[in-house]
Amino acid sequence: MSAIAEVRGLTKAFNHVVAVDHISFDIHEGEILGLIGPNGAGKTTTLQMLLGLTTPTSGEIRLFGLDLASNRESILQRVNFSSSYISLPYSLTVRENLSVFARLYGVKGAASKIDGLLETFEISSLIDIPTRRLSSGQITRVCLCKALLNDPGILFLDEPTASLDPDIADKTRKLLRRINAERRISILYTSHNMQEMEEMCDRLVFLDKGRILAVGRPGEIKEKFGAASLEEAFLKIARKV
Amino acid sequence: MKTSRIYAYTLRHLYLYKRSLPRLMEVFYWPLLDLVVWGFVSVYILSMAGDGGMPRFVSFFIGALILWDMLFRSQQGISVSFLEDVWSRNLLNIFVSPMSGAEYVASLMLLSVIKLMLTSTVMILLAWLLYSFNIFLLGFSLLPFIANLIVMGWAIGIVTTAVILRFGQQAEVLAWGIALLFQPFSAVFYPVSILPGPLRIIAHYIPSAHVFEGMRQVISNGAFPAEHLLWAAGLNVVYLAVSLVFFRWNFSVVKKKGLLAKGGE
Repeated sequence: MSAIAEVRGLTKAFNHVVAVDHISFDIHEGEILGLIGPNGAGKTTTLQMLLGLTTPTSGEIRLFGLDLASNRESILQRVNFSSSYISLPYSLTVRENLSVFARLYGVKGAASKIDGLLETFEISSLIDIPTRRLSSGQITRVCLCKALLNDPGILFLDEPTASLDPDIADKTRKLLRRINAERRISILYTSHNMQEMEEMCDRLVFLDKGRILAVGRPGEIKEKFGAASLEEAFLKIARKV
Repeated sequence: MKTSRIYAYTLRHLYLYKRSLPRLMEVFYWPLLDLVVWGFVSVYILSMAGDGGMPRFVSFFIGALILWDMLFRSQQGISVSFLEDVWSRNLLNIFVSPMSGAEYVASLMLLSVIKLMLTSTVMILLAWLLYSFNIFLLGFSLLPFIANLIVMGWAIGIVTTAVILRFGQQAEVLAWGIALLFQPFSAVFYPVSILPGPLRIIAHYIPSAHVFEGMRQVISNGAFPAEHLLWAAGLNVVYLAVSLVFFRWNFSVVKKKGLLAKGGE
């Protein structure tokens, strides 16, 4: 499998606090890679650096074989992001919001693309509803539609199911898995729900205090820490048992 | 720079104004209220002064009011449009898109011109209806006056936006207050000669002071205020360049400190 993202010696220090400490990993084509770790482990900072939102202190990020620092525009054209912590302009309808982002990403045939995505996420009926009238779960799904508008080669998802009820969360996970399989989109996934990470991710990068403690399949991580579940492995590391 | 992305971001705000009554009120309500209240105050003062007192007082005042509002709207068009994305937690969506910083600033500038045109058209019509004040009596000077005020508004708006990006919503108050800081030195409603000596020196280096001095010159004797306009334009080139450099520098600091991901909150 070829690497869509290559991270080498990535470091971020805020004054004297090292948030991310010389980490290296790859995200392969069509793979769902999970970033896990306790609060302050460096997951968010790593994600921000991969999206070009935070400048690394040192190290290299290559996406699609290109250096992120010097190819920001062409890389971001092929990348997208969704998080349960962001939203979309409240006064705009779902259609208007998605049209704006389709134009920002230069999507061709935007109208039919929007219709198709809304159908996939079972929210076609919301198309002309202002975003402020949607529930947080519905907004999350609209944000996921936004994240898929440009057919990204890699998708960054930061706790995408955090605001969803168990039913919708389960449907969303299955849908993301299906999209990942059908379109071969690579996904970098973060969540504090270990069961979800076990279900979703092909491989995991376990971070603690900015360093990588382990990389591997969920089963390998469990085995490494002698745990019956990923949650148990997580607790062992977080509590230093 | 891609015009399609500038258009897309502009469209995002036009959709907002189409549907939001509070936003429409922001564009029309305060400027109109200013015009009505201060317009009638100036008519009243004129009537107290008698016929020979201050024949051009209403023209000075209404003209100044409309032109000052153009500067204010131009600044707000930049900083409030930016805040719209902070308030709706949409800023990250914009910054992870391929839109560049230059395209973003260009969109904000375009938005400020659109908003200003809407407000000014209504103000000019109302000034003509209520006070028989025709702003076009400023003749050919009007366009360079407006252009200078727009550019100065952009410069202030860009600096304000950069500061909010760096310090978050605690700096939000600047979006409403910072342009007013320039008002006393801009000699909007009185000539620069009224100011004490040191303040006159400050006023000399503020583009809007030259615009308002020029406006009074046109209304007083019809002379084209070439010198004032040249000063205003020259200063504006410096103001805009400094504001863009400040934004660029601040943007890189914000990225280094990891503050961009907080979306201006």
